[in-house]
Amino acid sequence: MSVIKVALVGQPNVGKSALINSVGNARLRVGNFSGVTVKKEVVRFTRDDYDFEITDLPGSYSLTDYTIEERVTKHYLDDNDYDLILNVVDSTNIERNLYLTTELLSLNKKVVVALNMTDEAVKEGVHIDENQLGKILGVSCVKTSAVEKTGIDELIQTLIKTYNLRENRFHLQFSEVYEQEICHIVSFLEEKKVQCKISLKALAIKLLREDKDTYLRFHEEPVWIELQTIVNEAYKHLYLHYDTKDLDDIFNDEKLALTKGAVIETVQFDKQEKQTFTDKIDSLLMHQFVGLPIFLFMMWGLFQLTFEVGSIPMDWIDAFFALLIDATKSFLGDTELASVIADGAIAGVGAVVLFLPNIIILFLGIALLETTGYMSRVAFLLDGFFHKFGLHGKSFIPLVSGFGCSVPAYMAARTLKNDRDRLLTLFIIGFMSCGARLPIYVLFVGAFFAEHHAGNLLFLIYITGALLGIIAAKVLKMTAFKGDDEPFVMEMPKYRLPSFKLIWHTVSGQAMMYLKKAGTFILLASVLVWFASNYPKLPEIEQQYQVKIEQADNERAISALNNELAQYKLEHSYLGIIGHASEPFFAPLGYDWRMAIALETGLAAKEVVVATLGVLYGLGEEQDEESSGLIEKIRANISLPAGISFIVFVMIYLPCLAASMVFMREAGSWKYLAYLFVFTTATAWSLSFIAFNTAQLFT
Amino acid sequence: MTLDNLKKGQTAVVIAVNAGKELKNRFSSFGLVKGAYVYTEEYSLAKKTMEIRINKTRIAIRSSEAEKVEVV
Repeated sequence: MSVIKVALVGQPNVGKSALINSVGNARLRVGNFSGVTVKKEVVRFTRDDYDFEITDLPGSYSLTDYTIEERVTKHYLDDNDYDLILNVVDSTNIERNLYLTTELLSLNKKVVVALNMTDEAVKEGVHIDENQLGKILGVSCVKTSAVEKTGIDELIQTLIKTYNLRENRFHLQFSEVYEQEICHIVSFLEEKKVQCKISLKALAIKLLREDKDTYLRFHEEPVWIELQTIVNEAYKHLYLHYDTKDLDDIFNDEKLALTKGAVIETVQFDKQEKQTFTDKIDSLLMHQFVGLPIFLFMMWGLFQLTFEVGSIPMDWIDAFFALLIDATKSFLGDTELASVIADGAIAGVGAVVLFLPNIIILFLGIALLETTGYMSRVAFLLDGFFHKFGLHGKSFIPLVSGFGCSVPAYMAARTLKNDRDRLLTLFIIGFMSCGARLPIYVLFVGAFFAEHHAGNLLFLIYITGALLGIIAAKVLKMTAFKGDDEPFVMEMPKYRLPSFKLIWHTVSGQAMMYLKKAGTFILLASVLVWFASNYPKLPEIEQQYQVKIEQADNERAISALNNELAQYKLEHSYLGIIGHASEPFFAPLGYDWRMAIALETGLAAKEVVVATLGVLYGLGEEQDEESSGLIEKIRANISLPAGISFIVFVMIYLPCLAASMVFMREAGSWKYLAYLFVFTTATAWSLSFIAFNTAQLFT
Repeated sequence: MTLDNLKKGQTAVVIAVNAGKELKNRFSSFGLVKGAYVYTEEYSLAKKTMEIRINKTRIAIRSSEAEKVEVV
């Protein structure tokens, strides 16, 4: 069986990942904005005795070094070993897309062009003659639709056929003048018997484009001396003919002429309605004055929904786990095993699973934002405002992803070209409260505030976090990351109604991840927290209390003594010792040692914070049968100012371990992680201190 | 006149792009080149950012970048 290695290339947002999903039954992330795929992903599948290995490369408008993603694509195409290029093209915007196609054809590899989004093109009255286009470009073109799954089999057959072609002829015809110069260089290279991985014509084009890597390669070779004069001669002719000394301009002109010619010959456009669907929506959503308020209103609505709708199944889940804990205990009796399962594992995991409904609603909102095409509009609306604070409009995309999870957000920052802008964005992504922090907010807001305020408060928390992040950006821009701005040039994709299936895939995938984490990592952490809070055993103290309890004469005294013992045991456990040791650091913020411990365990993952609180407040309260739910326990044990101060701390301090590792990788040095830790902890502490003291004045 | 001087809803033809190599390449991959028709779709608050359309491509650019594009 032979392996066909395919490089999947196309401009951003043409449906590359969607196409590969329907070809190979993969589940790559799909969205409606440029920059969804930020690193190359490989999908493998088998068809008709061939093993396909498709590498999904980040979208590129052209093969340049403009952004990190485009560098990834360009370097992959230049340096890696692959059999053919599958170029995905947006049929509705064919002229601009063919611009990249001509560049790919200049590489002189086997190419198959997928004319994707055929369904939309037909609706918009764009008719492409794919056979004629194939003849002009010298490659096979196949009409496909990733959404309607048409043309997929034909595409695979074409890939196999193209793979089996013996030799690949360079078909692209530039203008006569350009071809002549290419011809001169090629015949010289042939005479000198220059060996090269790519064809000589492709090499000649690279030389004519002043490609840096090509020059570096030839620089050391003796042939360079003669080659130089020939290339120089060619430049002179081109300069004269095109009346410019910019070789990029000249090549761009060539490409544009080619694509224009191809489009005129092969594409028919029906008469268009004056205003498209996108036009109509945009005239409202991107309006100078109402655009921004509409966006804020939608965000507010999302958080209202997150709390209001999310709280309905929450009550059931809460009751279910409380029941499960009781049942486990009565089934297993008063043993260590019962305690580790009920108070450790179930309490911890239950505390996390409790917030699944909220997480699902939040992710649904973010998925809609990503797949409809609205995200880029907001980047446009906010760019002016962001720019004032030293941020880039494009920063909005990683920042919004940050509301879901910081890990993909750090990676999404790759769309920013300038390293300084990117670092700055990386530093403030943590201020966008991720989904894992939502449970903590819901818990505390639910415990301290009336239900009809909860949605508003949630919105307020997220907005405040975001605003703090922007202010932090300004401070960092003025101090650590001074420098020039990156130009803001960004495509506004067409609005698309995402299919139910796509949304379902995205949201269910994320919900499953959350549950998986609860079942593995959080489970382990909960058991660890339980262990650390139950050991070391103190038999002497227990005996002392046992004696006292036996001597006590009424129920009340026994219950009080039992409580006292549980409390004493907890405070002298390993966790209690660590908590007490760090208590002085957190005391000015109003936290007891349990909250301190919860924050410290939260460095591993934010879900662990609620799990820890669940375990800690579950223990030591065993006598109190009435307050079974976690929310009531929080209300009973923590004061309002301390609660507010806790929320503020959680909003700002370091995201989880996984995110920190990704941050380090994206920022490029552990030193930045150290900065981030100091920066966020200091900010979190100071602001929590202010919040605690202010809140105390009012209570 | 430069691109940022256009009013909302106006169309113009690009006569020169006076940008650095990188930005110019980016512009040309969007079709923003000499001879292209540009239609101004929308301005953001305070006119810091504008949305333009070339053929079927809508792009958002800052006024500071639009200044580099000469139109008539």
